[in-house]
Amino acid sequence: MMSIFIFKVILVVAVFAISLFMAAYSTYAERKVAAFMQDRIGPDRAGPFGLLQPLADGLKLFMKEEIIPTISNKFLFVLGPCLFMITALMTGAVIPWGDTLTFGGVSYALQITDINIGILYVFGVVSIGVYGIMIGGWASNNKFSLLGAIRASAQMISYEIAMGFSIIALVMMTGTLSLKEISVFQGGGVDGHWNFWNVVYQPFSFLIFIICAFAECNRAPFDLPECETELVGGYHTEFSSMKLGLYLFAEYINMFISSAIISTLFFGGYNFPFMHDLGLDANMITILGTVALFTKIVFFIFFFMWIRWTIPRFRYDQLMNLGWKGLLPLSILNLVITGAVILYFNK
Amino acid sequence: MTLNLFYFLSFLGILSALLVVFSKNPVHSVLYLIITFFVIAAHYVLLNAQFLAIVHVIVYAGAIMVLFLYVIMLLNLNQEAEPHKSNLIRFAATISAGLLLLVLVGTLKGTDQMLVQSAAPVEVGLVKSLGRVLFKEYMLPFEISSILLLAAMVGAVMLGKPENIKK
Amino acid sequence: MQALTQRSKIVSNKKMTFLERIYLPAILGGVVITIKHMFQRSATVRYPEKEREFSEIYRGQHVLKRDDNGAERCTACGLCAVSCPAEAITMVAEERKKGEEKLYREEKYAATYEINMLRCIFCGLCEEACPKEAIFLTDRIVVTDYGRDSFIYGKDKLVEPIDQRVDVSKRQTKEVLEFKKQKQLTHNK
Repeated sequence: MMSIFIFKVILVVAVFAISLFMAAYSTYAERKVAAFMQDRIGPDRAGPFGLLQPLADGLKLFMKEEIIPTISNKFLFVLGPCLFMITALMTGAVIPWGDTLTFGGVSYALQITDINIGILYVFGVVSIGVYGIMIGGWASNNKFSLLGAIRASAQMISYEIAMGFSIIALVMMTGTLSLKEISVFQGGGVDGHWNFWNVVYQPFSFLIFIICAFAECNRAPFDLPECETELVGGYHTEFSSMKLGLYLFAEYINMFISSAIISTLFFGGYNFPFMHDLGLDANMITILGTVALFTKIVFFIFFFMWIRWTIPRFRYDQLMNLGWKGLLPLSILNLVITGAVILYFNK
Repeated sequence: MTLNLFYFLSFLGILSALLVVFSKNPVHSVLYLIITFFVIAAHYVLLNAQFLAIVHVIVYAGAIMVLFLYVIMLLNLNQEAEPHKSNLIRFAATISAGLLLLVLVGTLKGTDQMLVQSAAPVEVGLVKSLGRVLFKEYMLPFEISSILLLAAMVGAVMLGKPENIKK
Repeated sequence: MQALTQRSKIVSNKKMTFLERIYLPAILGGVVITIKHMFQRSATVRYPEKEREFSEIYRGQHVLKRDDNGAERCTACGLCAVSCPAEAITMVAEERKKGEEKLYREEKYAATYEINMLRCIFCGLCEEACPKEAIFLTDRIVVTDYGRDSFIYGKDKLVEPIDQRVDVSKRQTKEVLEFKKQKQLTHNK
């Protein structure tokens, strides 16, 4: 019992650290990917291949002068970035980072908590994340910030709906809201027959989900809340020093977490092909599974960047049209079709 | 443990609910209201209704309050912009609030017997049991409320449509 | 009206087809283009370690040449200043006194000669206008600085030192020499 408690504490700290690490190196990777796609080199001065660049950036942000506008609400001004960061980090708790490890007869699940409504928890936390942006934008007492904040929240609420509907189709198929069980469902060789990844059964759902994920993370082509050409810096116009750092950092954490969720929901989570046919030790398979999960996550982070440096930004009305008139009806249609198919096959 | 948690949460809930009423800045009121909703969600968790708690957070804290905040931020309400309230309105407000209090007290009086029945099993708040209850025992009210929402949605679309569009 | 370039496109507001409206094919096309660029050679030159090769006829910082005996060639005729489209060149002329024949080749010389490097556009017209082959543009870079005043180069920076002659022959390629044979440039001998 005690050992499990200690293990959980270690896991919490590890997930926290890995999230921060991935976010830090996402900033580096973003700049590198952008550079490569534009036939440049990117940062290569700090350390070998510029690998220490995130440290240098972090140090720079810490050392910068901190400016709080005089006519702003100081408490809320500080609360905004903190809230955004907290909600970004909270989601990692329900994601299954791997199967179970067994040491000395005690099995340790590589998941902080397996609540039976895992997906809904993720949605709940994401919907609270809006407040970080809104409060920060409003407390800045700046029109650009307010506009950015309002854009962000409108966008996030709109796309949350389509995202939810696309997930319901998936939930209907798997019959559970727990992320762990969804992962198990996609594992090879359950009940002696082969289960494909969910993306094979639900390609439309995946498509809608990933588009919505782009919008939820405020990533290009949907980065209207912070579009420089119209709003200076969007909701974080007035922020400086590490408070700006928290906003930027939390965005990358969001990207990492949503990549993890996409991998878990649609690409088999910690499962990889032929995992039960290799004849390996169970612990070995678990470790390999975690490696597989992180490979998928890294690919999706790369995909996020890939899209960002390919597509120009949407106009605001295009964004809303796409969300409400395009994705929402499509996801409902997908839901109805999935329901009909399930009903047909279960009869 | 649970009882202490309950007292703490109740204290927090009542405190933040009072702050909603008494804070001068409307944005602060909304933020306190959000805290109140979170405390209520925590109460749901104490009652083993995790699904309800999360849905409460998503719907109320995550969507409705954001829209509230939205409107208040855009209107930029401050004390100068507040309209002068006449005595008649104050009188009407007091009367209606008093009536609401009466109704609340009346309903709460009848809860004594209900508490005995609801020695809730652990699975009561799970999605499966909730779905079963909703789609079997309360099928009709559930569908009627969905029709109500649909009607509200159609109404909102009609109101939002520009009037001079003719085809 | 005649089009200014041949590359201009006529924009039409036609309705998008279904395939265009779902964006996906276009996005797929874009994604393929960017991924192709990931594997292309980058055009960056890592500067301090590796310097970029200059063009043979690169036009950089000016030099006021001396003749073989070490006397300044400039006679302060002012043709360079007149030809300068950016009006970057100013000078004050003075008469050569007795005993200064070693210093100045002609009877008139430039007492001060200043080029404002912030105005200069490095077009090379001064070089073309000069009848005495006195001013040349070289392959040296004008170094950066913090103040504006330090960009006004006087004779101390422009005239080549006797012991460190500046090589300007690099720019005189075969094509340039051929070009200089033209009749309207015969003064330039």
